[in-house]
Amino acid sequence: MQVPAQVEYEKAASVEHALSLLARYGPEAKVLAGGHSLIPMMKLRLAQPEVLIDISGLSGLSYLTLAGNVLRIGTLTRHAQLLDSEVVGEHFAILHDAERVIADPIVRNWGTVGGSLCQADPSEDLSAAFAAMKGTMVIHGPDGRREVSAREFHTGPYETVVGPAELLIEIRLPIRPGGGSAYRKVARRAGDWPVGAAGAAVWLAAGGRRIADAGIGLAAVGAAHFAAAEAEDFLRGRPADEPTLARAGEIAAEHCRPVTDQRGPADYKRHLARELTIRVLRAAVSRGLAS
Amino acid sequence: MKLTVTVNGTSYTRVVEPRLLLIHFLRDELGLTGSHWGCDTSNCGACVVWLDETPVKSCTMLAVMADGRRVMTVEGLARGGSLDPVQQGFAACHGLQCGFCTPGMMLTARWLLDRNPDPSEAEVREVISGQICRCTGYENIVRSVLWAAAHDDRLRAAPPQGRRAVHPRPRHLR
Repeated sequence: MQVPAQVEYEKAASVEHALSLLARYGPEAKVLAGGHSLIPMMKLRLAQPEVLIDISGLSGLSYLTLAGNVLRIGTLTRHAQLLDSEVVGEHFAILHDAERVIADPIVRNWGTVGGSLCQADPSEDLSAAFAAMKGTMVIHGPDGRREVSAREFHTGPYETVVGPAELLIEIRLPIRPGGGSAYRKVARRAGDWPVGAAGAAVWLAAGGRRIADAGIGLAAVGAAHFAAAEAEDFLRGRPADEPTLARAGEIAAEHCRPVTDQRGPADYKRHLARELTIRVLRAAVSRGLAS
Repeated sequence: MKLTVTVNGTSYTRVVEPRLLLIHFLRDELGLTGSHWGCDTSNCGACVVWLDETPVKSCTMLAVMADGRRVMTVEGLARGGSLDPVQQGFAACHGLQCGFCTPGMMLTARWLLDRNPDPSEAEVREVISGQICRCTGYENIVRSVLWAAAHDDRLRAAPPQGRRAVHPRPRHLR
């Protein structure tokens, strides 16, 4: 029987209240959103906070809004809401691709976007998707709000730049012209964490013949900041053709550092990094041409 | 910590430890043993109950997270003494063998049919992809849900105000 260790519980009535509770309890407090990453960790005693600060009642933090050319995702938005959103599907196919393979429909009903990101599991799919989209995280702390790029958000496995007295409030994704995106994942069974996964965003120019800019996100293969920056550099300004995409896949695989674990051997994961990168680039280019 | 939760239309107030999981609250505090405690790791779905409008895995929720919310368990699925079409489908199509996964399967199926009254077989399989039938009786589970979809309009009464358990609590828990 798995049960969490004894813990105190505080229900936040507002963002300000949550921040004051975080300031009062310090680093031994953990923020509870959907709980679908944190509670399993607490049951395994891998996480043993002294206090839980429950922000799940802050309904004002659950939203998907398109403001100008920026999609704003509230931190408490549930995975299911992201998957159900037509606006998300229209502009960010990568997020629908990813959400279809994140856990299962029931877990997606309660797990939150912000909770997934803050758990910072190195195999977490949305982290790779947001890295590919070059999103921005908005973090609220005692001194107000600050913005951090998705590439700087994770500082290591299970670690982020969100300080003990801060809350991740919102994720912002830019909509840029000529864009297409896609996500693919290989998992051992339905709903599992990835053995390897890749997401790509491309922004095309010159009538679709040239790649103006690209973003590549990788999950579970030991990519720094969930990204394949060297492959992105290679793609920038090159033609959107098959040899170029194939070379980008090789570069992405060369620069990641997968480790052998129960999900698979390192060389297989490196193979996945290459192959999945090529496939998502191909799909992203195809969607970019259609948009 | 004190929590008040409406389960199958009845309001309950209890004092619980914050670390108490919702599945144990339902089974041990309220005696509603229809929800099953299976894998304990969010994988099997035997513990699925509705929280407000959606099914959730109650082994991965603290009871206090349900404070002020509505829960529906399998005991609340029947209305006015008649079984929900999903329950009738499971009976008609032999949708259960040992029965351990059945409450969670039926609650997820009800949610699916409320959102999508005419699902494809693939959609049924997708929605239960986070739930495990250890008898591996998936074919008949899918058939049961499709049967319910085909008979839903005819068999389903208008939802009453507040669903109540049709089965009394076990005597030793009264």
